[in-house]
Amino acid sequence: MHFMRLELKGITKRFGSFTANDAIDLIVEPGEIHCLLGENGAGKSTLMNVLFGLYSADAGEILINGEPVRFATSGDAVRKGIGMVHQHFMLVPVFTVAENVVLGFEPTKSFNRVDYAAASEKIRKFSKEFGLEVDPDAIIEELPVGIQQRVEILKALSQEAELLILDEPTAVLTPQEIESLIKIMKDLAASGKSILFISHKLKEVKAVADKITVIRLGKVVGTGLPTDSEEELASKMVGRSVNLQVEKSPHNPGTPMLEVKNLVVRDERGVAVVNNISFSVCQGEILAVAGVQGNGQSELVEAIAGMRPVESGTITINGTRVDNASPRECLDAGLAHIPEDRQRDGLVLKLSVADNLVLNTPRAPQFAGRGTRKLSKVRENAEKLVKDFDIRTESVDAPVGSLSGGNQQKVIVARELSRNVDVLIAAQPTRGLDVGSIEYVHKQFIRERDSNKAVLLVSSELDEVFSLADRIAVMFQGGITGVVSPDSTREAVGLLMAGITEHTNV
Amino acid sequence: MSENKTSLWQRYLSANPVTMSFLAIFLGFVVGAAVIIFSSSDVLHAWTQIFNSPGAIFHAIKVTLDNVGAAYRAMFTGSVFDPTILWHALTTGQDWTAALTPISETLTYAAPLVIISIGVAISFETGLFNIGANGQAILGGIAGTAFGSMIHLPMILHLPLTLACGVAAGAFYGFIPGMLKALTGAHEVIVTLMLNYVVAYFLLYSLLSTPLQLPGQANDLSRVILPSAQLPTFFATATTLRVNWGILIAIGVVAFGWWFLNRSTLGFDFRITGANPNAARASGINPKKIIMYVFLISGGLAGLAGVVQVDGTTHSLDGGFLIGSAGIGFTAITVSLLGRNKPINVFWGAILFSALGVGGRIMQAETGIPLDLATIIQSAVVLFVATPVMVQEIFRLRAGTLHTVELNTKGWSS
Repeated sequence: MHFMRLELKGITKRFGSFTANDAIDLIVEPGEIHCLLGENGAGKSTLMNVLFGLYSADAGEILINGEPVRFATSGDAVRKGIGMVHQHFMLVPVFTVAENVVLGFEPTKSFNRVDYAAASEKIRKFSKEFGLEVDPDAIIEELPVGIQQRVEILKALSQEAELLILDEPTAVLTPQEIESLIKIMKDLAASGKSILFISHKLKEVKAVADKITVIRLGKVVGTGLPTDSEEELASKMVGRSVNLQVEKSPHNPGTPMLEVKNLVVRDERGVAVVNNISFSVCQGEILAVAGVQGNGQSELVEAIAGMRPVESGTITINGTRVDNASPRECLDAGLAHIPEDRQRDGLVLKLSVADNLVLNTPRAPQFAGRGTRKLSKVRENAEKLVKDFDIRTESVDAPVGSLSGGNQQKVIVARELSRNVDVLIAAQPTRGLDVGSIEYVHKQFIRERDSNKAVLLVSSELDEVFSLADRIAVMFQGGITGVVSPDSTREAVGLLMAGITEHTNV
Repeated sequence: MSENKTSLWQRYLSANPVTMSFLAIFLGFVVGAAVIIFSSSDVLHAWTQIFNSPGAIFHAIKVTLDNVGAAYRAMFTGSVFDPTILWHALTTGQDWTAALTPISETLTYAAPLVIISIGVAISFETGLFNIGANGQAILGGIAGTAFGSMIHLPMILHLPLTLACGVAAGAFYGFIPGMLKALTGAHEVIVTLMLNYVVAYFLLYSLLSTPLQLPGQANDLSRVILPSAQLPTFFATATTLRVNWGILIAIGVVAFGWWFLNRSTLGFDFRITGANPNAARASGINPKKIIMYVFLISGGLAGLAGVVQVDGTTHSLDGGFLIGSAGIGFTAITVSLLGRNKPINVFWGAILFSALGVGGRIMQAETGIPLDLATIIQSAVVLFVATPVMVQEIFRLRAGTLHTVELNTKGWSS
C-alpha cells in the first residue's frame, strides 16, 4: 500500500462525564503535513491515541483510503501503516540504534538469532532514502535528543508507515534540531508520506504545515493556513484574542539584588561548564540569559539555587553570600526558583496541589506551629492561589500529577511568586506551555519586575527573551559572550549565541 | 464529576481501597479453605465416593463444609470470642473472664506488631526499606530487659525508663544503617539485613554470659524484669488475661504515626523525600538528615516494640526471642503493605494478623489443621492486596478510586 489518505469522521471519546473529543472530523491527504493545533488539554493527544489504537472511540470511524478500519491495539495501527513518534521516546537507552529500530520486528538468521548485520543494513538503507543520518551502531543514551528522535522516526518508517504522527516533537529540541526536524518532515512529505503534526507552537506550525486544524475543548473550532497570522491562529486556539506582545514600562533599575562574580562551576565530568562569569541583576529589571541549550545555563541556575557546588567565585543574594550554600539557605536568603525540569525538581506529583503550593515553605509560621502543619491554612492558601493564578484543577486536594503541564507550571509559578521574595530565577519557565499560559506567565514576570523584584530569566526561546528582557546576557560555552539591549537585532544575538563577539555593544 | 451522581451502594461496589481490602481478606480465606479441602483426607475421601452413589455428593458437600467450618470456627473462637465458654460460665456460675481470653491473647500479640509496623510504614513512606526492624526490636528487648531486671527504681520511674531504654537501643541500631547510607551511600537493605544477624547472635551470646543471664542458670535464659518495670495487665485477678498496657502504647503509637505522617512538618519532609528526592532537595530539604531521622524513628519504634513484647508478656528473654523468620519485624513488612502505610489501616492489619496467629494455634489444637494455614491465609491476603486489578476482575467491580499499591522503595541514593 502506498500513499495514504486518512479520514476521521465524528470521533468522540469520553472519560466518565468528560468529553475529551467531541465529534472530530479530520482529513489528511497523501503527502500532506497536517498540523493539529490546540492548547494543552484540548484533546490532541487523546485523538492521536484513538487513531493509534491505544484508546477506542465511543463514536465515529476511521477511514483509510476510503475504507473503514478498526484498531484494537497499536499493532493494528502499525500494520495499517500508521507510525507514531511519542513526545517521550520509547527507546531502550542501552541498546544500539539498529537494535532499537528492529525491536519487535527483528530480522533473524538460523536458530532464531538476531541478524544484526541485516538490521544495520536496513538502517543504512532507510537513512539514505530519507536523508536521516544516523549511525546504526551508536548507543541510544549517548546520542543527543534530536538524533534519538530521528531514530524514532526511522523506526516508524522501517515498519512501513505511510502516515506519521508526531506528538509535540519539538518540545525537547534545540532551535537547530527543530530546523533539521522541519527539513526532515518536508522531505518525507515530498516523498509521499503523510504527516500529522501536533503542536501548540505557532511559529513551527506556520513553518511546516500545509494545512492546520485547530481544536479547543475537544472540538474542531476551525481550520487555518500557514499564511494566517500568529494572532489569528492563537485566538482560534485560545478562544479569545491574545496579545503576543508584552506591554511593559521603561527600564528603571534599582540596587543590585543578585550578584555573581567570577563564578566557576564544574559538571559531573569535571568540565568547567560555567567559566568565570560575572553579572548582576538589579531591582526592577529582568536580565535574560539567552543561549543554545547546553552552554552552562542550567548549571549556572543550579549553582545560584544551591543545588550544585561552586568551584570559585561568589554569589550574593540581597547582601548574603550564598555560594556553596544549601538550597534551604538560598531560599531563606530571598530566592524564588522556578526550576528547569518541573517534574523532577519543582513538584511532587503524588502530593496534592495544596501541598505542592507550600512545598518549600511548610514551616512558615502561617502554615505550621510547633511541628504541626495547619492544614486549613494550607488549604486556604491553595484556594486563593488557584483562583489568583487561574490554576485549572478539580480541587486543591487533587494530586498535582493529574493536572496538565501548563497548570503544573502555574502551580510552581504561583508558589514561588507568593513567597514574595527579592530575587526570582526562572529556567525555561514556559517550556511546553500553551499560548494562553505563556501569556499569563509573562504577565506575572512583568508584574514582579514592576513591583521592584530582580528577575533572572534563563530561556532558549528567543521570542521570550526579546519580549521580556531589560538586558540580554548571551552564554556560549560557559562564558558570557555579550550583554546587549533587547533593541538589538536577532542576528546580533544569534552571532553571540554562536560565540562570535566582534561587535558587542552593551 | 460523575462521582457525585453514583449512589452510596454503587460506591461500595466500586474498586475503592476499603472494599478492595475486605475482598482481599475474603479471598485469603477462600484460598485457606481450598488448602483445607485439598489437605484433608476426610474431605477427599468423601468426594471420591460420589462416583459410587450419586447421593454421596450431598455427603461430600457436608463433610467439606464441616471441615472448613470447624477450622474457621476454631480460629474465630480462639482469637476473638468464644460464646460457649460464656454460656457455660453463666449457667454454672463459674468465672466468665475466660470467655475474654481469645481477644486478650490477640491484643497481647498485636501490641508489639502494631508498634513495629508503624515504624516500618514510616520508613516505606519515605522510600527507605527498613528490613532491620527485627534486629532493632531484639536490641530494644535486650536493653529493656537489662534495665528492667538489674536496676532498682520506683515504678513511676522504672517502667518509663525501661521503655525508653528499648526505644534508645532500637534508635541506635537503626541509626547505624541510616548513617552509613547518608554518609557513604551503603544500601540500607543489605546493611539492615546483615545487622539482624549481628544482633541475633549478640542476643544468644548475652543470654549465656553475665550479667544478663539468669544467675544459677545454664540455659539461654535472661534475668526476669522486676515487677516495678513490668507493663501492668488490666485484670490483676484474672491471670489468664495477659492483655496489658502494651496495647495502649500501641494505640498511642498509631496516633503518633497518623499525626506524624499526615500533620507534622517533619513527616511532610519525609513524604516529599520519599516521593521525589530531587524536588525535596530543591525545596531545601537535606536528604541525608532525612535518611538519619527515618532510621532513628523507625528503629526507635522497633525498639519500643521489642521492649513491649518482653516487658508485657514473657518478662524475660530466651533464645527464641524474635529470632528467625518468625520475628515480628518481618511480619511488620507485610502488615505495612496490607495497610498501605496508613497508620490506621496498619493497626487493623496488625490486629488481623495477630488474630490469625492466635486463632491458628487453637485451630491446630482442636482440628489438627497445622498452624501454617494461618501463614498461608496471611500471605494470600497480602498477595490479593498487592494485585488489586486481579481482585477487581474477580468481582467484576467497576473502576473506582483505585490506587494500586505503590512502594517508594526504589532505594534513592544520597
